[in-house]
Amino acid sequence: MKNAVGVELPEFIEGYGVVKPFAGAFAGYGQVQKAAVRLESVQPGKTKLLRSIDEAIEKVNLRDGMTISFPSHLRNGDHVINQVMAVIAAKGIKDLHIAATHIFPIHELLVDYIKRGIVTGLSASYISPGAVAKAITKGYLKNPAVLRSHGGRPRAIESGELHIDVAFIGAPTADAYGNINGVQGKAACGTLSYGIADAQYADKVVAITDNLVPYPACPIEISQEYVDYVVTVDSIGDPHGIVSGTLSVTKDPVGLRIASLAAQFIDEAGYIKDGMSFQSGAGGTSLAVTAEVRKRMKEKNVIGSFAAGGVTGFIVDMMNEGLFRSVFDVQCFDLKAIASYRDNPRHQGMSGSLYGNPNTKGALVNNLDIMILGATEIDTEFNVNVITGSDGVIMGGSGGHNDTAAGSKLSVIVTNLIKGRLPIVKSKVTTVATPGETVDVLVTEHGIAINPRRSDLIVKLKDSSLPLVPIEKLKEMAERLTGIPEPIPFSDEIVAVVEYRDGSIIDVVKKPLDTGGCKPRN
Amino acid sequence: MEKNTRSMYFVPGNEPKMLQDAPVFDPDAIVIDLARRVPATEKDSARILVKEALQFLDYSNVEVIVRINPLSSEYGLKDVETIAPVKPNALMIPKARVEDIQTLANMLSGIEQAQGLEEGTIKLIPMIDSILGLESVHSIINASSRVTAAFLNAEDLAADYGSKRTKEGDEILYARSKVSMACRAAGIEVIDTPYMDINDSEGLEMDTEKANLLGFTGKAAIDGRQVEAINIVFDASLRQAAFPQAHTHI
Repeated sequence: MKNAVGVELPEFIEGYGVVKPFAGAFAGYGQVQKAAVRLESVQPGKTKLLRSIDEAIEKVNLRDGMTISFPSHLRNGDHVINQVMAVIAAKGIKDLHIAATHIFPIHELLVDYIKRGIVTGLSASYISPGAVAKAITKGYLKNPAVLRSHGGRPRAIESGELHIDVAFIGAPTADAYGNINGVQGKAACGTLSYGIADAQYADKVVAITDNLVPYPACPIEISQEYVDYVVTVDSIGDPHGIVSGTLSVTKDPVGLRIASLAAQFIDEAGYIKDGMSFQSGAGGTSLAVTAEVRKRMKEKNVIGSFAAGGVTGFIVDMMNEGLFRSVFDVQCFDLKAIASYRDNPRHQGMSGSLYGNPNTKGALVNNLDIMILGATEIDTEFNVNVITGSDGVIMGGSGGHNDTAAGSKLSVIVTNLIKGRLPIVKSKVTTVATPGETVDVLVTEHGIAINPRRSDLIVKLKDSSLPLVPIEKLKEMAERLTGIPEPIPFSDEIVAVVEYRDGSIIDVVKKPLDTGGCKPRN
Repeated sequence: MEKNTRSMYFVPGNEPKMLQDAPVFDPDAIVIDLARRVPATEKDSARILVKEALQFLDYSNVEVIVRINPLSSEYGLKDVETIAPVKPNALMIPKARVEDIQTLANMLSGIEQAQGLEEGTIKLIPMIDSILGLESVHSIINASSRVTAAFLNAEDLAADYGSKRTKEGDEILYARSKVSMACRAAGIEVIDTPYMDINDSEGLEMDTEKANLLGFTGKAAIDGRQVEAINIVFDASLRQAAFPQAHTHI
């Protein structure tokens, strides 16, 4: 069967289950049911503080075949997954599903656990380029990996589709009774947004901390009512690893040119005005757009409602300059953002569910006016790939891409027309992460393409001096310079399932034929 | 040159991506450099690359100028023989002397004839980059009708008279004034030396304003980010020229 973005899907995927095909970006709204929570109540006098991860694993009765989760904001500085998995491996537990938020190169040890059958399933919102991504793409994981957006992950948890047996939550600060926060301690990372759903819905919750403080660990972000056990370790991570590559404004003149065009477009489209809300993805060019938007807001004396997202010091500065009244934060990206989140009541944390879960009474993305996003590929239907590279290997994930594109009034993709020697605009993207119906405009250095679905924008900018062109023209321009790359040959083996934020399947990742290697038998 | 050249964006001839991206900054002209920014080991390959680029890339919205190596070097004539047949709008001549301009003018006439081009199609832009060039500027720019502009390269010029370049540019005031007035008298365009700190946008704006006040008609850019600011300054200058204020004559 074909889904609404034309992707051919089987009715059933081994190791995943029955396929619910993507039926449109807004087809999943309506009445929903949340899962019931099973917990063991705690009577007065019982201690929660344990001596070791080993003891915690014994206490929660971790067994073969369970799902364990690792919500983390420490990104490539996270030490929790590696420490917990080392103990699990030593105890001989196997056939586990890891429900992570992010997988980074620091988690390379997982490859060995995958090969040994200790880990047989993995889901995440983002899988950074690296050994784990390659191992999944090569089909080493017994069951297909599942990629969910930042809103889709808590939706799956809250609906019961993703049932977590044990959540291991890295806690930069905790007290012995399970109150935790992310703003104090040597591994302070700011918000703990991604772990909220895990804490509320997992059967067992273990807080792992390297900064145990006297009760209570105020300001409390995840409270004791959700936490079964507390374990202390030497280090839960290195906050310097939060900043992993793409969090500074580009100095590349072409990237800056794209940013300048994007800001001009947003302005001419009428979105830079009092009360505006704004979010920019990570990535040098996206952040450069923020800088250009800042300039235009200042010129027009505009005061915005809020900025949102993964928050950098740059966004904090804009709030402190009076350009935004508040900030909604799902991930602090640097020390300035962490300090601001800790000290400024206008710097508001939000759970992953509040951020982007479509099955709520209104996610924050619904209030977003302008969203700036990147793309690995975009096709002439405006479908966007941020999951696989030109070689078909997993190198990312939706993160908040499809959540924010769906919710925002103006979603803007900014990208170079050509990266390396490859055209970014194609007839068909390798993997669809975000459906074209939620993407409004593509800005490249060679021209700007408005999605024909946005006839209002086409009319509004008909006299603009901006280089507006059909997306097909951009594709032609790119292919004239690069030629049309040979399609990547894929096998029929599905190595990852890409869920849209509503839980339907928007695409699958198949094993490229040229990745080589043999799949080990578990 | 066909139109007012406010900005002249320099890109190295051995960088394919920069050759491809140069027009996106909307400069009035791009200068593809085969000389200073191309090492000796890449002169041959850069020359071929530039020849192909001129035939393939879309430069329809910019003037294309190729900065050749000095004619006194072993590369200069080869540059002309390879590049002129693919019809750049102009050649930029470093260390230009009167005899170089005349030699090139004759050579280009032959190439244009062989290519079926109208004589004089390819223009010449001498670089004023030495003390000798500065003091001979009047003769150099009047050596051929192909000369439609001159470019002041203050970096090389200051080095020639042993001066250190500064952001304020006091050390090149005489040179700027002399080149600018000579070109204005000859009725040709005059392009100012680039502002070398690519991260100092405020300094660039002030330096461009200064060049504008001294009579320059345009300015070189060495980074795509500089182009817009240069265009804005010279646009404002053109607008002022269109609406002259009353002057008191004495």
